[in-house]
Amino acid sequence: MAGHSNYVPQSAAAKWLESRLPVISLVRGSFVDFPTPKNLNYWWTFGGILFFVLIAQILTGVVLVMHYTANTTMAFDSVEHIMRDVNFGWMLRYLHSNGASMFFIAVYIHIFRGMYYGSYKAPREISWILGVIIFLIMMGTAFMGYVLPWGQMSFWGATVITNLFSAIPIVGEAIRTWLWGGFAVDNPTLNRFFSLHYLLPFMIFGVVILHVWAFHTTGNNNPSGVQPKSKQDTVPFHPYYTVKDLFAIIVFMILFAWFAFYVPNYMGHPDNYIEANPLVTPSHIVPEWYFLPFYAILRAIPDKLGGVAAMFGAIAILFVLPWLDTSKVRSGTYRPLFKQFFWIFAANCVALGYLGAMPPEGWYVIFSRIFTAYYFAHFLIILPLLGFLEKPRPLPASISEAVLKGGSGTPAGATSAPSTK
Amino acid sequence: MSTMIKMVRAFAAVAVVATATPALAAGEPPHIERQQWSFAGPFGTYDRGQLQRGFKIYREVCSSCHGLRLVAFRNLAEEGGPSFTEEQAKAIAADYTVEDGPNDDGDMYERPATLADRFPSPFPNEQAARASNGGAYPPDFSLLAKARAAHRGFPWFIFDAFTQYQEQGPDYIYALLTGFEEEAPEGVTIPEGKYYNHAFLAGNAIGMAPPLSDELVEYTDGTPMTVDQYARDISAFMMWAAEPHLEARKKTGFRVMIFLIVFAGLLYFTKKSLWRNVEH
Repeated sequence: MAGHSNYVPQSAAAKWLESRLPVISLVRGSFVDFPTPKNLNYWWTFGGILFFVLIAQILTGVVLVMHYTANTTMAFDSVEHIMRDVNFGWMLRYLHSNGASMFFIAVYIHIFRGMYYGSYKAPREISWILGVIIFLIMMGTAFMGYVLPWGQMSFWGATVITNLFSAIPIVGEAIRTWLWGGFAVDNPTLNRFFSLHYLLPFMIFGVVILHVWAFHTTGNNNPSGVQPKSKQDTVPFHPYYTVKDLFAIIVFMILFAWFAFYVPNYMGHPDNYIEANPLVTPSHIVPEWYFLPFYAILRAIPDKLGGVAAMFGAIAILFVLPWLDTSKVRSGTYRPLFKQFFWIFAANCVALGYLGAMPPEGWYVIFSRIFTAYYFAHFLIILPLLGFLEKPRPLPASISEAVLKGGSGTPAGATSAPSTK
Repeated sequence: MSTMIKMVRAFAAVAVVATATPALAAGEPPHIERQQWSFAGPFGTYDRGQLQRGFKIYREVCSSCHGLRLVAFRNLAEEGGPSFTEEQAKAIAADYTVEDGPNDDGDMYERPATLADRFPSPFPNEQAARASNGGAYPPDFSLLAKARAAHRGFPWFIFDAFTQYQEQGPDYIYALLTGFEEEAPEGVTIPEGKYYNHAFLAGNAIGMAPPLSDELVEYTDGTPMTVDQYARDISAFMMWAAEPHLEARKKTGFRVMIFLIVFAGLLYFTKKSLWRNVEH
């Protein structure tokens, strides 16, 4: 990190600071002079986009908390107070609620980019694992944030998800009571969820620092999957990637603004504008869209404990992905078979998301089971076998060669496949 | 440029995923027609006259059973709403009685409402409301236009994100108010004290009697005094009650969009010129 900077402090003040805390050279080494592969395509900008969304969520969230009341009798009305009486409260709240969806759109693209280009492979396993940890904390944060407005879906979503823990043998019931702070989802539950919802984003921020530290130690992966060999293969992070990332962030903000200003309730559920009522169960309880694939996996298994295990297993399996993929070649660009299975897997995930929104009946259940089985088969059967069966295309000698051949930046499937996730 | 096209494709793909909104209960949902609303679309604004007429209907018809507890009298005179003058809003408020106190003697007392008060609800609690309405609970109007929605289904919900269709609530309310029928169709039995309505989401039997009839509320501006017009006006009013800052939101959104698009354009050319000597 700091080692990448040739920074020599010039002014007396800089010399004074640098000899006591080398923070200037640290920042310059990490985000200014840092040598970055010159062939990163726009799929690589989602890291920067995610950082922007995280900061935006924290800033809007901190202001929302100034006006929100975490009490079951007041929470719903306090959100409406924000929407109606607080200056620009509607903007803060819509930015924050849609920001959560934007966060997941970006993180799913980021994860699938890592999968396509083999960014999880040696020597970047730790970066990948830290990323999965961030994803897990994000899911917890988003879930608890959705409970705070205390609408019908907040309440019943919280009831369904916390009830999952009771499936754990012997201690399940005790764990559920402990999570609730009582014998049902109630005021103690709301209070602790609020506390954790405020805490977890800062934990995400901490893990993000580790995540960046890890891949700044190994160097970025790149679309060719080949390590940089010479100075010709890299450019300094600033200004090349600061400007490119900023451009991508602004384009992403257009999408964000479209939802927050024009269709702010599109990704929400109308039932959440009805105050929580423990005596009235909504006819159809669904989680937010970003949980739907996992919700489909949960419901695909006819056994409660089995369903919970499969759902958590679907995320847990990502931790060992670096060791399930046996291929020595990183980038999907040079893996003709893997490339096809990658897009099938992506489509499989989208299909699971659709099924998660459908009622668990008839053909929906049967397809949920098939797609759930395929989800696990991709990791446990296809990826391990592909490494042995597939004959990769010849790798370029260097990034510069890959660039000159024109094969670097383009994931071959990207132009034809309509859905990435 | 090919990277730009790729990005556009990517975002289109993302939008498809993002639209996997939770939806669709089991069973055949009623079909809700899409209506024309002045507040739809990126430049939508409320029709002041329509909001004032809608408020008149609320006051003279709906308010005997339905509350409006999150809306304050001051909101009636605020920008982006029905645009009553402050004097008019004060006069409207003074017609309502609210409970206040305790006073220095420790007693609660009643007084005329002021601009700072919110609309008092017609019943003290849900149980009282149910007791007076044959067991049915007349929902509060404050958020109803956002808490109800017509089912859209695949693939329509995907297009809705691009066409900015967000008026499912008022569409549903309009359909419900015009969806009463004297005779239930063959094979549908309606319990005693319920009414047949083909648009009702929770079955076909609704506890509310048809609330509107032609010439029920007097319009002084020449607008037709029909059930159809009444239904449109009250739906628009309820949308405003649920989303009082809609106009400010859309207006701000347009400015934000212009800024972002210009900024993105400038950055694109900055990036292009910066990278022109790097083979990448």
